[in-house]
Amino acid sequence: MTVSVETRNLSITFGHGPTALKVLPDISFLVEPGECFGLVGESGSGKSTVLRCISMLTDFWKGEILINGKSVRDMPLIERCRTLQMVFQDPYGSLHPRQSVRTVLSEPLRIHKLTNHEERMQKVLSDVGLPGSFLDRFPHQLSGGQRQRVAIARALILEPSLLLLDEPTSALDVSVQAEILNLLQRLREEHGFTYIMVTHDLAVVDHMCDRFAVMLRGEITEILPREAIPGCEAVHPYSRELIGASLEYEGHV
Amino acid sequence: MTRPILDVENLHIRYGGAPTDAVRGVSFTLGRERLGIVGESGSGKSTVGRGLLRLLPSAKITADKMRFEDVELLSLTEEQMLGVRGRRMSMILQDPKFSLNPIRKVGDQVAETYLRHFKCSRKDALQKAIAMLEAVKIRDPERVCEQYPHEISGGMGQRVMIAMMLLADPDVVIADEPTSALDVTVRLQVLNILDGLVRDRGIGLIMISHDLNLVRNFCDRVLIMYAGRVVETLAARDLDKAQHPYTRGLIAAQPRIGGARAPLAVLDRRPEWLEEVSR
Repeated sequence: MTVSVETRNLSITFGHGPTALKVLPDISFLVEPGECFGLVGESGSGKSTVLRCISMLTDFWKGEILINGKSVRDMPLIERCRTLQMVFQDPYGSLHPRQSVRTVLSEPLRIHKLTNHEERMQKVLSDVGLPGSFLDRFPHQLSGGQRQRVAIARALILEPSLLLLDEPTSALDVSVQAEILNLLQRLREEHGFTYIMVTHDLAVVDHMCDRFAVMLRGEITEILPREAIPGCEAVHPYSRELIGASLEYEGHV
Repeated sequence: MTRPILDVENLHIRYGGAPTDAVRGVSFTLGRERLGIVGESGSGKSTVGRGLLRLLPSAKITADKMRFEDVELLSLTEEQMLGVRGRRMSMILQDPKFSLNPIRKVGDQVAETYLRHFKCSRKDALQKAIAMLEAVKIRDPERVCEQYPHEISGGMGQRVMIAMMLLADPDVVIADEPTSALDVTVRLQVLNILDGLVRDRGIGLIMISHDLNLVRNFCDRVLIMYAGRVVETLAARDLDKAQHPYTRGLIAAQPRIGGARAPLAVLDRRPEWLEEVSR
């Protein structure tokens, strides 16, 4: 099943009293079912915070987040976990060093009382392109790319419809990044996932996403289609600066 | 070209306790130019940079030749090395968050370089530091000098590092991933500043990076490293004409703006690359 995601007037404030900091003043966007939606912007612009709000990892936000028209707040935990999953930036930090791949993958199955554990684990590993024998490996026995595959497998094992990707390749080498991007692309074609992807690399956005939002200090300055990148068709000065810098960096200018 | 500033031949580096060498027979020369070293993580590129400054206490470094201007680096005592390190050859590290001392004011840290290597008063050194911070385009350098590293942004921190490393007017600067921790918009500014200073002062620059776009735009010559060896040496503008399948693989694996959305090419690593020596 493919799902749509809509945020309406999402806002969040960290801290209390005079030191309170409004990180997201007012965010609204709509992601179509099956779309890959990018969030770009400089560090500290609130990209990852948006993902953490959607996934309820941070839950004291105001406004509305609707997945297929249903508020994530009203979703019971079990349903929410089966609807959306998140993949984090650093595969060196996001896997427990003392848990084998089998432990990592079987825990969600046990919590959600699913059957056929062995079969599901084998399937998800082959989905992410790892051999079944990797179940008994520990993170230190895996390379960075293999770790990120395990992190993706962990997200896939509950068969979610929405994947939240927080810089899934920025800690990886180009050669390994290519493998992971290809994997994400293939999984989307096969399963019809909706992706929301945070990245700072516009080349990755151009490769993966249909549309993307440019964020600056917690606000969305502009939502653009990917076709706007090569010709720098943005209107807002910051988006133009960002796209211009990326083009210059790639040697297009 | 005149006599190279740095001439390295058959450099081997083995970390203490490691079964194999991390760097296996690397040779290169550096003139007054910008030399890029690219490769994946674990290819030994940073190890080469640190080896040149002899910053690897537990590692065994051997080479047929490691000549820097008039001195043979490997034959220097540690005490003599102190006169080279930071004074005539310095290194810009990756992340200002981790490489600046969090509990000392920026100005003092920058000035320390000068105080360490030249006879002068603290006040003069601080004046030098302020002038240098201005040269790396930091607005209001007097104020920044009084700040602590956590009070300045990442881009500014990296410029502070550059100022610190250029203050003693070295002949060679090794920049190890100087901008990977920065946003694209800031990255260009920092690189342009570094580039300008290096050109004006005729410094030899070694730019260590995994980013092909960066070395293409900001280097004259590029060494491509794989598993501790240099597999190919190219002029940066000829990067697209690379011959070695590894280099070509790296270039093809990179998503590009305006590129086709076909699956990206994935590296097919050949065992024979491990033993090849660059021509």
